[in-house]
Amino acid sequence: MPLHPVLWLSHALFCLGVYGILTRRHAIGMLLAIELILNAAALNFVLFARAFGQVGGQVFALFIVALAACEAVVGLAIIISLARTAKTVFADYADSLKG
Amino acid sequence: MLTLVFSLLAALVLVSAFWVVTLRNLFRAALSLGLALLGVAGLFILLEAEFLAFVQILIYVGAILTLLVFAIMLTANLRTSPASPASRQSAPAAAGALALFGLLVSATHALRWPQPAAVEPIALATLGQQLVTTFVLPFEVISLVFVAAMVGAIAIAAIPKRG
Repeated sequence: MPLHPVLWLSHALFCLGVYGILTRRHAIGMLLAIELILNAAALNFVLFARAFGQVGGQVFALFIVALAACEAVVGLAIIISLARTAKTVFADYADSLKG
Repeated sequence: MLTLVFSLLAALVLVSAFWVVTLRNLFRAALSLGLALLGVAGLFILLEAEFLAFVQILIYVGAILTLLVFAIMLTANLRTSPASPASRQSAPAAAGALALFGLLVSATHALRWPQPAAVEPIALATLGQQLVTTFVLPFEVISLVFVAAMVGAIAIAAIPKRG
């Protein structure tokens, strides 16, 4: 099992996530891209846990999954509240705090 | 054999991750996110982290994706908002992402790996023991963060009482 291509794959996942955040206008689309980035980080943690035999990598990959759940829950609550009050789900139109 | 399986999984992850960030239909983008997450779970099995693969499928594909699809459907019929804005400049974003990819690859290509045969795969029992001994403080902090996130989400999304 070659380990270096896994690292390249996680780089590619991270960069696709960054591209998604930069180009998406829909707030939920941005959340999807953030999930990709978090998964790239978890893949890196698991890869290094396997390569160096350190259990901490797997533990922190578990924590990443838990934090991704928190992030999704709070993000979706904010988006639903935004849809109710501002009647939009596009991040560009949520500008009522702009000076 | 392992290399072939890895290549298939990597192709699956890359193609579905590309769909996640490019498909116009957000519902289809969410479904391809599920495909990408399943591919990453397969990679976890290849890296001999079976427990994490099942956690990934249960929590990510089972819970988070369901929540995302639920929210997409809840906000799908917002006809009062202005028309969907024109897409952002995707060419500079693609150039930036490619440059970032090149930077990351050049930063890690000289990495030296230890001999794979010398390293034992991590046993599930070790993971469980470490989780409640060495890593007990981060574990408790994550639990606290989780409770705070749930209460906060309910407080944000609840319809406020009038008067």
